[in-house]
Amino acid sequence: MAAVMRLVYRSSLSSAMGQKYVAFSSTAKADVRAGQALPEKVKIVEVGPRDGLQNEKTMVPTETKINLIDMLSASGLPVIEATSFVSPKWVPQMADQVEVMKGIDRKPGVSYPVLTPNLKGFQAAIKAGALEVAIFGAASELFSKKNINCSVDESLQRFDEVMKAAKEAGVPVRGYVSCVLGCPYEGKVAPEKVAHVAKRLYSMGCYEISLGDTIGVGTPGSMSKMLEVVSREVPVNALAVHCHDTYGQALANILVALQMGISVVDSSVAGLGGCPYAQGASGNVATEDVVYMLHGLGIQTGVDLSKLMDAGAFICRTLNRKTNSKVAQATCKL
Amino acid sequence: MGNVPTTVKHCLSYEQIIQDYPWLKRWLLEEKTNTGHEFPEFVKIVEVGPRDGLQNEKEIVPTGVKIQLIDMLSGTGLPVIEATSFVSSKWVPQMADHTDVLRGIQRAPHVRYPVLTPNMQGFQDAVAAGATEVAVFGSASETFSKKNINCSIDESMVRFKEVINTAKERQIPVRGYVSCALGCPHEGYIEPSKVSEVAKSLYELGCYEISLGDTIGVGTPGSMFKMLQSVMKEVPTNALAVHCHDTYGQALPNILTALQMGVCVVDSAVAGLGGCPYAQGSSGNVSTEDVLYMLHGMGIETGVNLAKVIEAGDFICNALHRETNSKVAKARGRTL
Repeated sequence: MAAVMRLVYRSSLSSAMGQKYVAFSSTAKADVRAGQALPEKVKIVEVGPRDGLQNEKTMVPTETKINLIDMLSASGLPVIEATSFVSPKWVPQMADQVEVMKGIDRKPGVSYPVLTPNLKGFQAAIKAGALEVAIFGAASELFSKKNINCSVDESLQRFDEVMKAAKEAGVPVRGYVSCVLGCPYEGKVAPEKVAHVAKRLYSMGCYEISLGDTIGVGTPGSMSKMLEVVSREVPVNALAVHCHDTYGQALANILVALQMGISVVDSSVAGLGGCPYAQGASGNVATEDVVYMLHGLGIQTGVDLSKLMDAGAFICRTLNRKTNSKVAQATCKL
Repeated sequence: MGNVPTTVKHCLSYEQIIQDYPWLKRWLLEEKTNTGHEFPEFVKIVEVGPRDGLQNEKEIVPTGVKIQLIDMLSGTGLPVIEATSFVSSKWVPQMADHTDVLRGIQRAPHVRYPVLTPNMQGFQDAVAAGATEVAVFGSASETFSKKNINCSIDESMVRFKEVINTAKERQIPVRGYVSCALGCPHEGYIEPSKVSEVAKSLYELGCYEISLGDTIGVGTPGSMFKMLQSVMKEVPTNALAVHCHDTYGQALPNILTALQMGVCVVDSAVAGLGGCPYAQGSSGNVSTEDVLYMLHGMGIETGVNLAKVIEAGDFICNALHRETNSKVAKARGRTL
């Protein structure tokens, strides 16, 4: 009886209020707008030691990398991408991958994923003590060919072996999708293509898919459209955003992503890592600036901003460069 | 079965259901606004580079360069360009050539050129120089008011009242600024209610628009939301503007938040001119180019040609021997 009454109730509401009734189901999708329903906690994935240093011109000594990672561990960051098991022929900055992995002081509760582009890299990573790995796919065919010399599908097939080995070893795998909001070669990238690659990675067994705006061209407009499409294929709690600040849009894009239910954000201390596609332009968004925004929104991150800034100041001194973080610039009293 | 009579009542009467579930009406109304249009379709950009920007640059810019900058900006489609400031040159030497600038620029039709007028003297000089719109500055922080313009907030309102009344007689529109809306370099946290109080005073005195300034750029979408929520109770949303500083990199998300709340006027400065006098070496105004890039990417109209703004930015940065603060300008033209 109650169920029938509920039905009658609903349909009468509908006729009584016509269009407004449409509100019911769409409102249920958590119509998150300014000031409403943001995640209580956001997990920050710190990519400075890998994505950041990999894209810096200066080669950083192993000792410095280890120090940096240890300082970041002390700041409360839950995930710190430590290094990359790519061949040193391609990425000389990451040639000391094994020493770095073995040299860092692992803080309990902190994850130290490493990039593994193929089975060989995976095996080397496990041998060096890695407990989590990451693989990469592109949402753009041209980018895939130019970057790793094969099509998107071929690249995902290569990762099949890594996924199998990881499953056997009980090692979680994170998936990255690059060029989600634009490609330096193809220009516009269809959200459906992004969803296709994200879905493949997810169904292959990646526990989380990080969607990367590789050249930073995205805006809140393209970010929300892309996330709308992708979140139909991959649950939103398995998604992360990896925004580049090349056009200054990163924080606005991250805000929109949070409003759509994303609660994992990649960033790089001091905004390390320029953009290889726009000379002199910035790349990764600065972790300090992200944390400042999140804390201002009352969102917990577990990160101690002042310790984070210490780590940023340290690496910038060593690299002899200015920080890309505006928060660090503003609070620095030099 | 006990629920049946109530439910039937609700089926038959919208008024009855709203009476019993008052939150439902608000929910449905919000949804109506939200599904209507999440963001404004059009945003008016108020370009403050030539005044707020140059005023805070270390180098003093020759009059000829200022005029050229404003003329270039006039050709970009920007609807409002703050040209100069009629403050005593003792306090702001960078704006000492205010009369020459105002007389020297080539005014484009459909573009407005407001100037700052802190008091009657400044107002009269501005009118004599041909000003057709003026602006006054209030502060949400007592300490900032005393340190900046040497009087309390109330005293400043008395000064502004004079200016606004005289402006009304001459049919000259007046824009009101509220500084320290999200934080003060001296007082720290500023209560949103204080901001609304000052905004309301300026609005009731006769300002057609109130620009809420995050003077030291400390605001975040969290504090922006709370402040706007408070101010919107006292001043109609369509009379509000946001003037965000990018000192902590928060300007664009703050502007986004304001847009989501219905604000559709944004202040910005070409090339992000104007450092922050309270955080040495830091940036100040948000760059017009970066704001435009975001708005256009969201499908919001501004009427402004981004490429031409970048050109104007290049010009002034060359003249100032400095790099642009705009990330878009830095990145543009260097991508593959």
